[in-house]
Amino acid sequence: MSYSKTTTSKSNSAKANFAKVATKKKSLVKMSSKKDDSKKSSALKTAKSISSTQSLGQLPDKVLVQMLDLMIKSRVLEERLIKIYRAGESYFWIGGPGEEAWGVPIGILANKGQGVKHDFMHLHYRCTPTLIAMGMNMKDSIRLMMNRATDPSTGGRNFSNHYCIPEMNIAPVTSPIGVQYGIALGTAHAQKRAGAKAISIVTGGDAGTAEGDFASCLVWASRKNNELPILITVQNNYWGISTSYEGQHGETNIADRARGFNIRSRVVNGNDPVESYIALKEEMDYIRKTGKPSFIEAKVSRLYGHSSASGANLVQNEEDCLKSFSEKLLSKKIITEKEIKTIWTTYEEEALRATEEARCEGVPTSESIWDHVFASNENSNWRKF
Amino acid sequence: MANMAQAIRLALNYSEKNLQLKDVFGQDVGAPLGGVFTATQGLKTSWNTPLDERGIISMAMGIAMAGDRCVAEIQFCDYIFNTIDLLKIAGNTLWCTNGQYNLPMTVMTPVGAGIRGSVYHSHSFDSWASRIQGWKVVMPSNPLDAYGLLLSAIKDPNPVLFLKPKALMRVRGEELIPGEPADEKELKTRIDAPIGDRSKWEPEWPNMQEYLVEIGKGKITRKGEQITVVSWGRHLLLANEVADELKASDVSVEVIDLRSIYPYDWGMIRTSVAKTGRVLIVNEDTEVTNFGEHLIYRVVQELFYQLLARPRLIAGKNVPGVGLHPNLEDATVPQKSEIKSAILELIEEVP
Ligand SMILES: Cc1ncc(C[n+]2csc(CCOP(=O)(O)OP(=O)(O)O)c2C)c(N)n1
Ligand SMILES: [Mg+2]
Repeated sequence: MSYSKTTTSKSNSAKANFAKVATKKKSLVKMSSKKDDSKKSSALKTAKSISSTQSLGQLPDKVLVQMLDLMIKSRVLEERLIKIYRAGESYFWIGGPGEEAWGVPIGILANKGQGVKHDFMHLHYRCTPTLIAMGMNMKDSIRLMMNRATDPSTGGRNFSNHYCIPEMNIAPVTSPIGVQYGIALGTAHAQKRAGAKAISIVTGGDAGTAEGDFASCLVWASRKNNELPILITVQNNYWGISTSYEGQHGETNIADRARGFNIRSRVVNGNDPVESYIALKEEMDYIRKTGKPSFIEAKVSRLYGHSSASGANLVQNEEDCLKSFSEKLLSKKIITEKEIKTIWTTYEEEALRATEEARCEGVPTSESIWDHVFASNENSNWRKF
Repeated sequence: MANMAQAIRLALNYSEKNLQLKDVFGQDVGAPLGGVFTATQGLKTSWNTPLDERGIISMAMGIAMAGDRCVAEIQFCDYIFNTIDLLKIAGNTLWCTNGQYNLPMTVMTPVGAGIRGSVYHSHSFDSWASRIQGWKVVMPSNPLDAYGLLLSAIKDPNPVLFLKPKALMRVRGEELIPGEPADEKELKTRIDAPIGDRSKWEPEWPNMQEYLVEIGKGKITRKGEQITVVSWGRHLLLANEVADELKASDVSVEVIDLRSIYPYDWGMIRTSVAKTGRVLIVNEDTEVTNFGEHLIYRVVQELFYQLLARPRLIAGKNVPGVGLHPNLEDATVPQKSEIKSAILELIEEVP
């Protein structure tokens, strides 16, 4: 499988590369469906039936344009974060360029607010698109990137994309892979008790599904008569740092694992915001209605490699959902080139301004290491016991 | 008098009625068993989980994040080790989020040897726990403290680890818990599940009162002048016994029940050691590295010139497990005789 190589071959145009990758992904699907033909994996059937019925017309133009706008905003922000890293103004970058078509609809569709009557979001470190769609401003992400004291998520304590916004039920993003799948069970349990039809949404990468917490999530979410209102999702970019999908997975689709627990499950093209939007809407509605879990595996791209540790360079051989979606909207005359350009430049200016402002803001003080070990700043320093 | 298992049950019942405790869960915690030590029998909010320790801790974290109070149980601390990184996260969540998400959750788990539990029912966790920042860690030595510490743990806005010395679960207290019926038999009939079919059984809970033991506060269980013994959990009782025995030979031992591992009552230790000039720390977690070493470090730093003898630690031997045969267990975890001879040696020592 060619997925074992992420190269930065610059010879091909982005569009040609998109076509190439699309064929590769298709052939992967074909191969696995052949393996599984007798069983007729319904994940594949679902994926197919969605893509065969998908059309831009299923969503109002307004939503389509809103999605493109937010996707661009998120990309501009991530590219700004990478520039901040390159300029030596941050120590590390990790983020979600390539996941906008999947992440933005989640943010649009979530029931936003604080507490058990709203959706809880248990995200991982590639979820800027979701946060942008939920209304996070660019400057807050940049403050996190630049470890400012004003960073509302962590006060300069943690890496980029490690968001935490209690006002929107954004549970803290943590570095240990997979733990969010377990923690989401607890918020879902409390939401179920509150009875307000709010759900817990959890995201994570493909490689991380090997962690026990992913299995815990499937087990606990699906107990008979104790099902939990939780949307379990996996962003499958076919990579875990440098480990290829085939290097780890025996299952055809990750979504197949959910089926073993009688969890409703499907695979979507996460590079298609319309398909993602429709699938997410259907599954969220189902969960709110039934109180039962549902599972979506989204195939996505990883456009700047794993993180700054691997250079954060643009890869040329994976689909760029911004390009493909822009082209679709242009061809249907839903938006003009000029309008798209304006969106980009407006957000680029906003990001630049936000960077300049964040640069001037204060940094955490040395004494503050003892803050917030215990609630209400109760003393935790043994020297003062 | 209630035993420790009953005291825990009474505290949980009080909390589900009065402290908005919403969930008590873990393996075999719900009906019909009510916990392998029966500490969760008859509760309204108790339920059985899958056999998945990481799931149990994660569930507690999520419930706490959503703002509800819960008590999660790990059936034996011997099986808590695969959750350490979740305990780390539970402890660092408030800090990592710069004060935004506190996790008011209690995790309780039986610890220690003393029941011939062999390798995987004898581990201790107090020293391990002392390295997991952001947690408060408590360990009662008697039913009344178990009741008071558990209420404090449930009320606390931080994660609290409540370590239950498993060998003390059936040991009765010397003081009544406020609200507890004075007649032991009456208590038993009212709150112990019957043998056999329990499907129709309902406990008749006594009207318990709020009684809090402040986390971070120790207790002097024996007053004395010549030496300070600091201990907690099961070994506290051994220290008390030794102090009583030595009293007959005119050796005056002060015993401190630390009760809280973190935060700990330094004020109490300091005052006592400043008075006696000699200190022995006793606990059964393994000796390298042991929480008692931290206490000794602090004694040496702050009270060096008041010491009359080298501070000493008696702890579990640094071997991979507690073996089943009594010869093995007794050679591994601190015994009463060792405590006694260490005290006598310390008292003989002169600067
Ligand atoms: C428990 C744990 N093990 C290892 C790591 C180091 N690590 C960070 S990201 C990563 C790969 C994750 O791959 P995947 O789950 O597919 O997510 P992706 O990064 O591809 O989005 C690894 C191994 C970690 N952060 N946590
Ligand atoms: Mg991946």
